[in-house]
Amino acid sequence: MIDPTPYTSRALPLKYFEKLYKNMNEFHQDDHFYLARKSQTLQARANLIQNIRLFFTRYGFLEVETPLRIPSPAPEENIEALPSGNWFLQTSPEICMKRLLAAGYNRIFQISKCFRADERGDKHLPEFTMLEWYVAQYDYHQLMDQCQELIKSLAGDMGFVREFMWHNKKINLALPWERISVANAFLKYAPVTLEESLAQNEFDEILVDYIEPHLGINRPVFLYDYPAGLASLARLKENNPAISERFELYIAGLEIANGFSELIDAREQKQRFEEALRTRASKNLARYTMPEKFLLSLDALPPCAGIALGIDRLVMIFAGKEKIDDVVAFTPETL
Amino acid sequence: MIIPASELRKGIRLKIDNEPYVITEFNFVKPGKGQALYRTKLKNMVTGSQFERSFRSVDTFETADLREKKMQYLYKEGDKYCFMDNENYEQIYLTEAQVGDAVNFLIDNIEVEILLFEDNPIGISLPNFVELIVTEAEPWAKGDTAAGSTKPVKVQTGYTILVPTFVTEGEKIRIDTRTGEYLTRVKG
Repeated sequence: MIDPTPYTSRALPLKYFEKLYKNMNEFHQDDHFYLARKSQTLQARANLIQNIRLFFTRYGFLEVETPLRIPSPAPEENIEALPSGNWFLQTSPEICMKRLLAAGYNRIFQISKCFRADERGDKHLPEFTMLEWYVAQYDYHQLMDQCQELIKSLAGDMGFVREFMWHNKKINLALPWERISVANAFLKYAPVTLEESLAQNEFDEILVDYIEPHLGINRPVFLYDYPAGLASLARLKENNPAISERFELYIAGLEIANGFSELIDAREQKQRFEEALRTRASKNLARYTMPEKFLLSLDALPPCAGIALGIDRLVMIFAGKEKIDDVVAFTPETL
Repeated sequence: MIIPASELRKGIRLKIDNEPYVITEFNFVKPGKGQALYRTKLKNMVTGSQFERSFRSVDTFETADLREKKMQYLYKEGDKYCFMDNENYEQIYLTEAQVGDAVNFLIDNIEVEILLFEDNPIGISLPNFVELIVTEAEPWAKGDTAAGSTKPVKVQTGYTILVPTFVTEGEKIRIDTRTGEYLTRVKG
């Protein structure tokens, strides 16, 4: 965005700021023209989703649909559910999908809309499309392997066999992809260690400012072994309770997926939920109820791993788009 | 007015350390499961200096009280410039520093917008075009191809500007105040 500085004044007339303000996510008068221009991207998006279904069906997964409107979202500190009457729209289908796993459905996947309040930016929409899949008897390492396989298969379907460009970055999906632990990523890229950043309450800032820009450049990377306490539904490492068996996939600096070995200890899960609810209450956030039926199902939940992948983000990579607005037919501002 | 971080946008004007700033760049970032961060670039509306800062969703901000007033330039008194509000005939004086480069285009009764921060004038913006009379120019004879295609002339405000060589003293020219450049000659 060009900063239009008139020759004669050091202070800009207010109308320039009105224009800047309006340009952000503006609704175009020629709506039909801008919609029509998206056709290639929307076609690529539709193809991608079809290929995702084929991949999972081929591997014996059952596609499931779980309710978008639920009474108790999984309590999280940094994710706000949008209210729907006196219930809520799901921020993720995790709770219901785990109940299915507990009932014996061992390999399930779902492509559904997720809703998160106050999340809007070039890479965020308050309503977005998530692919989630769960595998009984898997741990997070096996899930990383499977995620790799999915994305390579999708790339092949879309005709990406060699290197390609995205946002001035070269992407090469050839194996092996990089895997680096969070602690090592801090040592490699950050001015402080992981422990120091947690102690100074600057983990997120350091991750975003110093580490993320380097992740997944040239090759995709799995950032794994996050510190405990950041993801309330992830299982801790057996021999190291300071670490969560959790990973995130980054491609060209863009966060694509978040997965973990699932916590199946009902008592620990309840404790974590209680703590999250207390933190939410202390910050005056909306009150959620405890997901009791989910907690009950944990007694029957087998060891398993699950992952959530942002389909819009993946489409951005394959369609060469830098803004999430460009990979969906409508953003909230155009409604 | 106090606003939360979630209402920040590019173009919003904030009061920080008693000075007005405008957000020139704004990015919402949220690392997975982490907190929302609002990365901004802020520009001081008086000095023009910029800095970058990341904010969190709990942070709050004060919007800057900025208003524009349509005023007319009346005259210069010593080193102060007098402007009058056409509606209530209120007069204010701006210093040379506050007027800045606009002095090059101030002619009697020209309509300007004065930018006020908390009732203090901090800047002035002119109409996009202004017509000024050329007061000093080297003479030009038709057919004189030895001279270049442009020449510097002085206009009634004392401002020196490059114009095509056929422009003569006494003529009126239109200038784009945004670039300071010659546009065309004006008849009458």
